[in-house]
Parts: sequence; C-alpha cells; structure tokens
Amino acid sequence: MTHPTNLTHLVHITPQLRHGILDCAIAGGLALLVLLLARRRAPGLLRELPLAEFRGLVQILAVGAILAFLLHGSRWLAVPVLAGMVLAAADIVRRRAKRIPRPFPMILAAILCGPGSVLALMAALRVIPLSIDILVPVGSMVIANTMNTLSLFLDRLRGEVLAHTGEIESALALGATTDAALQPGLHAAFRACLIPSMDNIRSLGIVWIPGIMAGMVLSGSSPVYAALYQFVVLTTVFSAASLTCFVASHLVAARLFSRHEQLLLRG
Amino acid sequence: MRAILTDATPSMPPIPNPHLESLSLTRQSPLLPGAFLLRDVSFTVARGETLAVVGPSGAGKSSLLRLLNRLDEPSSGTVRLDGQDTQTLPPQQLRRRIGMMMQRPYLFPGTIAANVAYGPAQRGEALRSEKIDLLLESVGLAGYAQRDSSTLSGAEAQRVALLRALANNPEILLLDEPTSALDPAARESVESALEDVIRARRLTCIWVTHSREQARRVADHVLALDAGQVAACGTPQEVLRDASD
Repeated sequence: MTHPTNLTHLVHITPQLRHGILDCAIAGGLALLVLLLARRRAPGLLRELPLAEFRGLVQILAVGAILAFLLHGSRWLAVPVLAGMVLAAADIVRRRAKRIPRPFPMILAAILCGPGSVLALMAALRVIPLSIDILVPVGSMVIANTMNTLSLFLDRLRGEVLAHTGEIESALALGATTDAALQPGLHAAFRACLIPSMDNIRSLGIVWIPGIMAGMVLSGSSPVYAALYQFVVLTTVFSAASLTCFVASHLVAARLFSRHEQLLLRG
Repeated sequence: MRAILTDATPSMPPIPNPHLESLSLTRQSPLLPGAFLLRDVSFTVARGETLAVVGPSGAGKSSLLRLLNRLDEPSSGTVRLDGQDTQTLPPQQLRRRIGMMMQRPYLFPGTIAANVAYGPAQRGEALRSEKIDLLLESVGLAGYAQRDSSTLSGAEAQRVALLRALANNPEILLLDEPTSALDPAARESVESALEDVIRARRLTCIWVTHSREQARRVADHVLALDAGQVAACGTPQEVLRDASD
C-alpha cells in the first residue's frame, strides 16, 4: 500500500492543499450550522463544537506532518506513536467519565487491554503488516473508535446507575453482590455502546464505503483486496472496542461501590 | 414533634439480650461538612418486637435504616445483631439477615416469580414454584407468579417487594415508609399484609413511618427522631400521647 502524503505537500500551498482547506471550512461550518439548528436540543454541544473542531484540525494536521516524517522511519517508531494516542484517548474519556471516582487508571488499563492486545495479536499473526505506514493509521482508527465506544459505555452506565439507584440498592439489600446489582446497567451500557460499531459492520458496503477502502482503491490496490482489508479493520475495531468495554465493566464496579458494597454514585 | 413528647425520655431502658442494638450511631452528611444526618442514636429492640421510628421529614429516619443494613457506612457508633458487631459480618450476609422494604417497591424487570426468587438466587438457591405460589397466596396475590412486574398496581407491587424481602428468611425487617406512596385503600391492605406476616413469623421489625396513627397501630415501642437525634423513646402511649396525623 502506498501513502499519498509527503512533506512537500504540507510545506507548499499547492492547489490541492488550498482545495483541502476550503473543504475543511465547508465541512466544519456545516457541522456548526446543524448544531445551531438543533441548539435547543443540545445547547452544551454548540459551545463545545468550535473548540473541538479547531483542536481536531490542528491535531490531524500535526499528525499528517509527523506521519510524513515517520513513514520513512523504523516500524518500531509506531510503538511510541500509538502509546501517545492511547494516553490521549484515555485522557479524553476521563473527561467524559463525570462522577466516577478516580477514572483515569481504569480507563487507561481498559484501553491498553483492548486496542493494545488486539493490535499486538493482529500484528503477530501478520494480519496487520508490521510496517509503520499501516500500523499507525490502522492503530489510530482502532484507538479512536475504542475511545468513542468507551466514552459511550461510561456515559450510559452512569446514566443507568443514576436512573436506577433504587433497583440497585434493592438488589444489594436482598444480598446481591455489587456485580449482580450492577448487571442490568452493564447490559444496557454494553449493548448501547457497541451498537454503532455493530451497525458499521452490518452496513459495510451497502450504506457506506469507508475511507480506508476508498484510499486503498485510489492508491491502486485491488478493490476486492481493499474490501477484504476493510472488513479486517472494522472487525478489529469491534474486537478492540468490545474488549475495552469488557475490561472496563469489570474494573468500574470497584469505582461505583465502596469496599463495604455500598453504592457511591447516587442521584 | 417535641411538643407531643411529654412523658417520654430520649433513651430506652436497657433490655436483656436485645435482638438489635444501636449504640451512639452517627453519620455525618457527605454533602455538607460538619452537618449530621444522625447523631448519637442509641436504642435496643427485643426479638419479635416492632419499633416504629417517627419524626418530621429530614429527621434521619431513612438514614437510620440505611445504617442498620449497611447500605451506608456510619461515621461512628455500633450496630449489634444478637450481640455481634455488624461490622464483623460480610455485607451480603448481614443484608440477608436484615431484610429491607423501601418506600417504593423497585421491582426488577421480569416475572413476579423471578422477583420473589431473586434473594435466594443470589446465594445459589432456587425457590421452588410451589413455595413461590404459597408466598404469593399469603399476601393475596395467588396466580400472579408469571405476571410481568410492570403490570402491577402500587399496592400489589409493594406486596411483592415484601415477599421478595421475606424470601431470604430475614430475622429483622426494615420498613421504610412502605405505605406512604399508596392511596388509603391500598395503604390499609399493605399494612394489614405486613402485620400478618410480622406476627406469623415473629419478625423483629423497624418500621419508619411519618404517620403517628400508624405508629400507634403497629408498634410496641416508638423512637422519635428530630434533626438526626433521638427526641424520645418509649411505648406508643408515652411518645405519641395526644398525637394525631
């Protein structure tokens, strides 16, 4: 697989780059416009979006520049790059894990277990080639999707616990373990957070042709191979996200209950 | 509350071999530093006795119950069950011995039978369907076993919540205003079911109620709380003299 990006394109304002900047402005403006339209439904998001867009753009541009250097380096450079992405993802999820005490170690452990072990396994089996120009983009997709899934999981779990405090404490009062008392909330959160990833796999090729496949086809790969590889990427994303939430679901009970099995997170 | 506590004293005379004993139970507010939800609450309850806990909203009645089965942790003080400090018991074991019925029933999704069998199932015991049918019959809910929990009226749901607590065969039953959310007819039927069960099983019972009339009807002794402290303790005649709702 070849990568179209190189340093020359970033340094000189080529017509392609100019076009890209204009495209970004249109896409970012459209997202703002839509949220402006729906501002009464989610007023907080409208305030968050401009900063999120600016931050995302700066980050992805920086990554583009770094990639341009890295793609000519050793494949082992992928390790610190992916480790940095894991740390950043854990920090972003931590901010979403409101009212869950001491969430960062739990989140970091879950993300390390999920994308960490799944990517290592896929690389060891040579499903993902051990080359930096594949490891970094595929790894970043896996980590980013895992981050979103874990944010959804923790957000939904917090909502379930706050909405069902009575049921959880009734279960505890009947002699249930904290795991058993939390089980319905964990089921709901687990299912809800994996729906987008599951739908991505289900709708593959029908509703959408993901960017990585389009990129591979554009760069000259066989469309059939590109399609197969896209399936590999999406199922890897799903495995990593599921494993992360699975690990988090086991670690989170210790944060939501005291050592005397008392619910700490209450409405 | 204080105005009606004429002859009552803020402490209860000691009884030999109390079933449940609270010694200087105190809980600080987790939200307001320096404030107390309960302060130095001491009382004893004999086996098979019903103690009504009365007091205005915010007096600490529900907080007291939550400390007795360790849904919350006391800041200081001791609860003894048959002379044993409950801190030495695993929380699950303690909560099976001290059953609790909350103000709202909070039934779990699923059938009534699954709700009733929930407690025993947590320790790996399957409650036989005949036993579930008998339990349901005892509170006037014969034939309800396979009904969905979401289809019950408030009074029916509260009776299922009572059975769910009783299925663990608790020694002590904590009742947190179990009839306060019900209409008068439903209140009467649930209160009657509770009294029958408590009498038949000779349960020791701590019954939180905001109704002094109800306390007078059901209790052997009454503990009056005010602002988290014991205002009075004694027989219903002593504590609730001249009281009406």
